[in-house]
Formats: sequence, structure tokens, C-alpha cells
Amino acid sequence: MDKSRRNFLKIAGITALGITADKLVNIRAQQAVPKQNVKDSVASKNIIKAQKPGPAAEVRLAMVVDLRKCKQGCTKCIDACNKIHNIPDFGEPKDEIKWIWKEPYEDAFLDQENYYMKDEFKNKSVPVFCNNCDSPPCVEVCPTQATFKRDDGIVMMDWHRCIGCRYCMAACPYGSRSFNWRDPRPFIKNINPDFPTRMKGVVEKCEFCDERLSKGLLPACVEVCPEKALTFGNLNDPQADVRKLLKENFSVRRKPGLGTNPEIYYLV
Amino acid sequence: MLEHALKGNKKYWSWLLFLAAVILIGFYFYLKQFDYGLGITGMSRNVSWGLYIAQFTFIVGVAASAVMVVLPYYLHNYKAFGKITILGEFLAISSVIMCMMFVFVDLGQPFRVANIFLYPTVHSLMFWDVIALSGYLVLNVIITRVTLDAEHKSIAPPKWIRPVIVISIPWAVSIHTVTAFLFSGLGGRPFWLTAILAPRFLASAFSAGPALLVILCLLLKRLTKFDAGTEAIKKLGLIITYAMCANVFFILMEFFTTFYSGIPDHVAHMQYLYIGLDGKTRLVPWMWTSAFLSVLSLVFLVVPKLRNNTRMLLVTCIIVFLSIWIDKGLGLVITGFIPTPFGKIIQYWPTVPESFISVGIWAIGVFLITVFYKIALSVRREIEA
Amino acid sequence: MYDKGKIIIGLIIFAGFFTAPFWYNISNGKEALKKPELVLPTKEGQTECVEPVTFMRADHMVLLNDWRYLVVRKGERNYVSGTGKDFNMSLTNTCLNCHSNTAQFCDKCHTYVGVTPYCWDCHEKSITPGTGMVSQNSEIK
Repeated sequence: MDKSRRNFLKIAGITALGITADKLVNIRAQQAVPKQNVKDSVASKNIIKAQKPGPAAEVRLAMVVDLRKCKQGCTKCIDACNKIHNIPDFGEPKDEIKWIWKEPYEDAFLDQENYYMKDEFKNKSVPVFCNNCDSPPCVEVCPTQATFKRDDGIVMMDWHRCIGCRYCMAACPYGSRSFNWRDPRPFIKNINPDFPTRMKGVVEKCEFCDERLSKGLLPACVEVCPEKALTFGNLNDPQADVRKLLKENFSVRRKPGLGTNPEIYYLV
Repeated sequence: MLEHALKGNKKYWSWLLFLAAVILIGFYFYLKQFDYGLGITGMSRNVSWGLYIAQFTFIVGVAASAVMVVLPYYLHNYKAFGKITILGEFLAISSVIMCMMFVFVDLGQPFRVANIFLYPTVHSLMFWDVIALSGYLVLNVIITRVTLDAEHKSIAPPKWIRPVIVISIPWAVSIHTVTAFLFSGLGGRPFWLTAILAPRFLASAFSAGPALLVILCLLLKRLTKFDAGTEAIKKLGLIITYAMCANVFFILMEFFTTFYSGIPDHVAHMQYLYIGLDGKTRLVPWMWTSAFLSVLSLVFLVVPKLRNNTRMLLVTCIIVFLSIWIDKGLGLVITGFIPTPFGKIIQYWPTVPESFISVGIWAIGVFLITVFYKIALSVRREIEA
Repeated sequence: MYDKGKIIIGLIIFAGFFTAPFWYNISNGKEALKKPELVLPTKEGQTECVEPVTFMRADHMVLLNDWRYLVVRKGERNYVSGTGKDFNMSLTNTCLNCHSNTAQFCDKCHTYVGVTPYCWDCHEKSITPGTGMVSQNSEIK
């Protein structure tokens, strides 16, 4: 195996000059990555216990935000995300980068136009992040597939490929995407070496903590929330907590009428 | 043939030198932008496209408008356009090159531009726009080169060029249609989400483009011995009249649907443009200027006496061009982002470096037009002599 | 041949420009460029790289590019080497864990052949093994 493998890598090296990386790696991914890795991948033990690792399309990752539990003025989820994902603080709204943040209820659910609401909701601030839509318009418009939807539903960013045209930002109906208008590195207080920073000229957003899921951990915001207001799991698994919550409670989503199928559900 | 570009009088050279200086200033600011990042512009997290994409959108229209001289001349054998068809095609070439540059300076990672071709993505309109624009450029380069060469040698152009010219006609329509689709396919931006956008783009293009051509022809008449002929100019005036009527009509239709339906998301953008939202009115004076100029130009265009007066037509064409430049090159793109998806009003205005880069690209366009027209007119004069 | 003189003078000028770097170095008494000498890591218990030296030397960029593809686009993070060992596909956490001094390793050859990969625009290279830097800063609380 060693020899043929090494030879294969060699040939891969040579052919890399000629073929696009995409095709090349597709072949390699099939041959070089042993089957056993599947058990370590996203469909990991912690998140979808009941489900045996099957075809990836059976996994549909989603988040349920219980607004009744989410505490006013608390920013623990935001702080945790900013810290581990090397989110810079430019101190200027023009350049701002944010993956998760809070918006007033009536702004987050702009199209609901509910004028006379329960007082507690009227002034509520709602955590918002990328909806990791099931039909993501950003993926539709990206000219290089730098943003793409994975089989488990996560809408990912490939920062090596993004050309910075910002078409995805125009397409996103939720204002979830940020652009690196300048080099972010000088504006990160403590760099987390476990996660890359970004370079100027690329777009970024929440990716449901893909890097933590791969280690069998929950997204940082979910884990750090003291009120347990965030629940994360596989929507296609009838036994999953997310499904139970949605079954037992009334939920809303942001701008569902646009057909994007957002995967963040809010319990009100 | 190309050597004509290198033979010119003092005026020609000092004009080119002046343009080169403007281009250099633009390039200097581009280097600054390259170093700092796009944060050097007025664009922000909320208004993520600005002057560059707006200029691109406007100029695609100018490029497409060449079809307004090519179609009557080649399909209807309208001889009066014989002299200016090549000018229209050269205008198209210069415009497409400007378009490509405006997209390029808008990229955050310009060195990766080849990724568009390395990972071709058929569901992205941006990909198709790149294909449409490059195809249009190639077509027009071939057409101008072959027809002018034939003229130069005083022979009939080869037969195979005719199908190429015929293809270039729907292709011209396609470049602006695809550019409109770039915007009108986005469900999350109600201001652009309208089926009339592509027709409106074409109508405004077919007014602003020929208007620019009239201005250029009349300028050439003053500066050189070239005369496009009264009939051609008059006909262009008529084309502009019809296109401008359609354009204003389409805008009014937009008003009707938006305000009669009263859907808040849709109304908000229009309100920002013409009235202002939350006391933020940066574009309001511009848009009213554009609206006033549109109406004024319609009066000047529709009355035959005014339209057929060459001097008056020149004024009208300048008015048409300015009106559409404001409407398309300023209002249309920026307002798609205002208000934001959270209903916030965050305004945009281009910065100094951004403006100089844009002016630099315009200067490149004018430089190219100058050189191309010099070649075309010199070839003509040579034949006449 | 027409314009014989002009052409020959032009050719001489061209040749002069083309070879200018050589003349420049010779006149400045510079010696020929030496083969770069790498400082190999001496991490205890770690005696082999993910793949054999010969392969890594020639194709490490292909390997890294493949890792990047698998991690970012396929969600696969575990790499099984030719010898059957498991590795986390990570530039900072696997490669630099041994090759901690990038100036003495990566840069030596990259400078020699005149390439400037942009890895460190985003990936951290100043990680000190054994200081717990990773676990400390990736702690969410």
C-alpha cells in the first residue's frame, strides 16, 4: 500500500499542474481517506447519538433559540464566539465583523410588523447569526463556490478561494455576512492559534462551529450559554432535542417567505 | 492600420498625455487600495457595493447600446449609419474594457480573479456576466478589425463576418440583461427584485449610449473634418426619443407597483431615494435632479423642432446622459442596500481614493476611444484622399 | 539585412539588460547561492514526518493543498499516513508542532527559490509547543 500510495501522491503532484485542484482532490478523497474516518466526522457521536452514521444527507444541522430563556444584556455567546474565532474589533462600525450578535426583536423580525406585542418581547434583543439556510442564496450566487453547502447543511466559507466580490453579501437577506475591509490581524487581541484568522478582502460568517463539531463538541455559543437557551442538533433525527423543542413549542424563523429555509428557529 | 494611432498633431498628443496623467493618479490610488484593502472606499458592512459596481452597471449599458447603430445598418441596410457604425462598435469595446476594470477594482482578492474560470459556477449570474462581457469584447474586436481592414484595403469585407455581426446583436442585449439579472434575482433585496429591471436597463442604455454617441459625433465634427451627417444624427435623436420614453415609462411603472401595493419593504427603498428615511436624505437632491432632467429631456426630445435642431439635440443628449448616470450610476445600486435587512439606514458616499480610481478608469475608457476613433477616422481620410 | 547597425546595437543592449543580475553580483563579489541548510526539529518521541522526506520535499505543497481541501470542503480532519499513523490535518497544530521554527525551516527554502506563500497571513506561526497556547486561547469561557 505504501508504495502505490506514495506513487499516487507523486502523480498527484505532477498532474496538479494540469488539472484543477477540484477534480484532483475528488479522486484523492475517495482513494486516500480510509472509511474509518467517517466516525470522526461531523456526524459524530455526541451530536446525533441515536443516528447511525448513514448517508450525510440524512443530517440536517439546525439551531433552536429559546427567546424566553435568553437573558437581556448577556453577551456570553457573542464573547465566546469572538474569542475562539479570532474576530477582530476595529472599533468602527464601517469595518465591523460579526458572526453572532443581538438585534432588537422588531428589527430581527422586520417583516412581522407586530405593533402591539407582549412587553417582554417588544424590547427584547435577539441573538442573530447566519441561518445556514437549506436553500442558501449566497451559495447560489457565489461565482467560485467559495461559499458552499455541505451535506450536513452547514454553509461553509472557503477563505482560500473567495475573491471578495461580495455578491453573497448582496444576496443574503439576513445581513449575516461580513467582509474584511482591511487586514484584521492587528485588531485581534489574543489570537487563537487553533483557528485561522482571515486576510483582507474575503467574506466570513458563522459556520455553526464546524471546527468544534469535528471534535465532537457543540458550537461554542450553545455550550457557553448559562441559560441553556440554545439547542443544536440534527433536524432529521426525530429523537433529537431540536425536534422535540419544535414539536412542543411555537417557533418562528426570520423571513421564511423568501424560500431560503433558514435553519435557526426561535421559540417565542 | 494601427500605426495611425502613433501619428497625430500636438493637440492629440497633449490630450492623450493629459489622460495618461489622470490614469496614473487613479493607479496610484489603486495601489493604495491594494495595500490597505477596500476599507479605503466608502463601502461598509451594510452598503457592500458602491460606486464601482454602480459605474459598471451604467457602462455595461453604454457598451450594449452599440446595437442601436449596428442593427439598423446591418439588418435593415440603413446606409446613413454607415459612417458611425464603427464608432458605435469602438465605443462598445472601450466600454466593455471599462466594465471589466470596474469589476476588477471592486474585488477584495484581485489576484484570485482567475478562480471564476478555474471553478466555473453555472448557477452564478456573476459567472455568466463575465462570459457575456468577454464574449462581447471578442466579437466587437473581431468585427471592427475585419471591417476596418476591408475598408482600408477598399475591398468588401469577407462573407463570414456577417454572421458574427448578427450574433453580436442579441449578444449586446444579453450583456445588459445578464447584468440586470445580477440584481433582480436576489430575493432579499426588494428594491432590485422586479421583473422590469432588465427592460428598464435596456431602455436606459439605449438612451444614454446613443446620447453619448451623438455627443462624440458632434465633438468630432468640431475637432476634426469628420461629419456623421445630419440624417444619422437625426435618426439617433429619434432612437433616443423612443428609448427615453420607454425608460421613463418603466420607472413610472415601478412607482405604481411599489406605492400602490404599499408593501413596506419595497416602499422603504423608494422613500429613501425620493423623500429620505429617518431624516437621511443624501440621495434625494440627486434623484430629483435626475427626475427633473428626465422630464426636461422628454420635452426636448418629443417636440420634433427641438429634436431636429443639432445644437439643441447636443444639449438634450447631455441632459439624458446625466439623468441616467445619476439614476443608474448612483441611485440604483446603492439604494438596494438602504435600508439594511434589519431596517437600519446606513448611508454611503464614495471617498476620495475611490472617486479617483473611478475617474482613472473613465480616463482609460476615454483614452481608448480617442485612439480607436483616431485610427478609424485616419483610415477613412486615407481612402478619401 | 536592413538597419544592421541598429539591430546589432539593440541586441547588445538587450543581452546586457538580460544578464544584468549576473554582472551585478559578480561586480559586487557575491558568491554563488548556497544550498539552504534546514534546521530539522528535535522533538522527542517524534521521529518521522507525516510522509517520507523525499515526498515531502517535493510535494508538501500538494499535500497541504489536499489537506486544506479535505478539511474545509469535505469536513474530514483525520489523515492516515502511508505508515498507517493518524494525523490531524492542520498546518499550525500538526506541522508546526514539530517544525516550530518557520524561519529556520519553511522560509529557508522559500526564500532560496523565491516563493512567498501566504500561509501566515491567516495561520498562526508563532505558536510555542508545550505552552498550552492552543488550549488556552481556544477555551470558550
